Amino acid sequence: MEILYPIIALGSLGILFGVGLSLAAKKFCVSSDPRIDKIQNNLPGANCGACGMGGCSSLAEALTEGKCGIDKCTVVNEDNKIKISQILGIEFKKSARKIATLHCGAGVRVKNRYVYSGIEDCVAANLVLGGQKSCIYGCLGFGTCARVCPFGAIEISEEGLPVIDKDKCRGCNKCVEACPKKLFSLTLETHNVSVACSSKDVGKDTKSICPVGCIACGLCEKACKFDAIHVVDNVAVIDYNKCTSCGECVKVCPMKTIKS
Amino acid sequence: MEISRIISIAISMVFINNFILSKFLGLCPFLGVSRRTQAAFSMGIAVIFVMVFSALLTSLIYVFVLVPLNIVYLRTIFFILIIAAFVQLIEMVIRKKSPALYKALGIYLPLITTNCAVLGVAILNINEFFAPGTPVYAGILYSIIQAFFAGIGFCVALLLMSGIRERLEFTDTPPSMKGIPVAFIVAAIMSLAFMGFSGFKL
Repeated sequence: MEILYPIIALGSLGILFGVGLSLAAKKFCVSSDPRIDKIQNNLPGANCGACGMGGCSSLAEALTEGKCGIDKCTVVNEDNKIKISQILGIEFKKSARKIATLHCGAGVRVKNRYVYSGIEDCVAANLVLGGQKSCIYGCLGFGTCARVCPFGAIEISEEGLPVIDKDKCRGCNKCVEACPKKLFSLTLETHNVSVACSSKDVGKDTKSICPVGCIACGLCEKACKFDAIHVVDNVAVIDYNKCTSCGECVKVCPMKTIKS
Repeated sequence: MEISRIISIAISMVFINNFILSKFLGLCPFLGVSRRTQAAFSMGIAVIFVMVFSALLTSLIYVFVLVPLNIVYLRTIFFILIIAAFVQLIEMVIRKKSPALYKALGIYLPLITTNCAVLGVAILNINEFFAPGTPVYAGILYSIIQAFFAGIGFCVALLLMSGIRERLEFTDTPPSMKGIPVAFIVAAIMSLAFMGFSGFKL
């Protein structure tokens, strides 16, 4: 008989609370905007934070309140953007997609200054005199970017360089922030010309350590008909507002640093 | 019901037996919500509120259910159930009745649902005020008072910590110690400082 008391007492308390709370949930229910849930279903749900909010649910809330546009989310695909626009009752304007671009083309072609045997991570390696590579601006190749990418769009190739899968990349900015050498940038998908070097050393020094680095010769500047490429701090920089992706600079670059 | 006893409970709960810094209960919100003073204050108020009401409920259940049925040994599981259900209910009510209050306190309520400090104060009340032979209603009253001051102590510790952490962000901390690691060290030093109070005899 004794054993029944705790079972009955605890069981009835549990049932009481269960029923009571479910009734209370009905009575005190707060009707939230049903669109928030619908929008959230169409958002990627990666909670990557590229929109600058806490996560997909906060973005959905901001969208329903009209505080921002759907373009805030760089991740969501075209179909879902259209769906979300329909839910919100606004017209969908197509905007170009941004993807990450790497500004280093050296990889294993640049020799190591010393043997690094620490943690296999670019940030850790960078703490030791700026990394093991002879070029202090170049990619260290430990794949921190590949690990932070929430979409599996970056892989480290045999050349020791991250390769970006343009279809998988959603332009979430994670790799841009993670790279200790700041080698990534987000560019529009339609701009397919990029400078694969970030070395600020003078041309002679760059050439002595890297076979593909920018030597700041300025040939691309002369070749460009649109005034879109300039050598700044010994490295060519493309102004994407002017660049038309004509490819003239790619043809003249003696080091094959500019790629398309 | 003596004034001197109430004062001694107050000093004991806020300083000598501070729930966070002496008993090491409720450390999760102590490190989690102590980054901003505003948030820490809201959390502290929410804890005081929940502690007082759960102390009332748990002591009532103890006196009128557990003792008559002779199942005092089940108090922990009963109390967890009661506190969790109560906090859920409060959250719903506040959300409906006062959206402004919900914005300020609401997000902290789920954090308190299974907070060990709240359970701790309930268990402590039972151990201290409900010894066989003592008057029951005085026990319930002392429980509520003790819970209130335990909440004040929690709030004080949280506010002190958040004040320190806000200033800490501007200091030149070594990179590997930034954030949580240095907060742990600060917590340890604060705890040592509060140990000083244990010299008081009441």
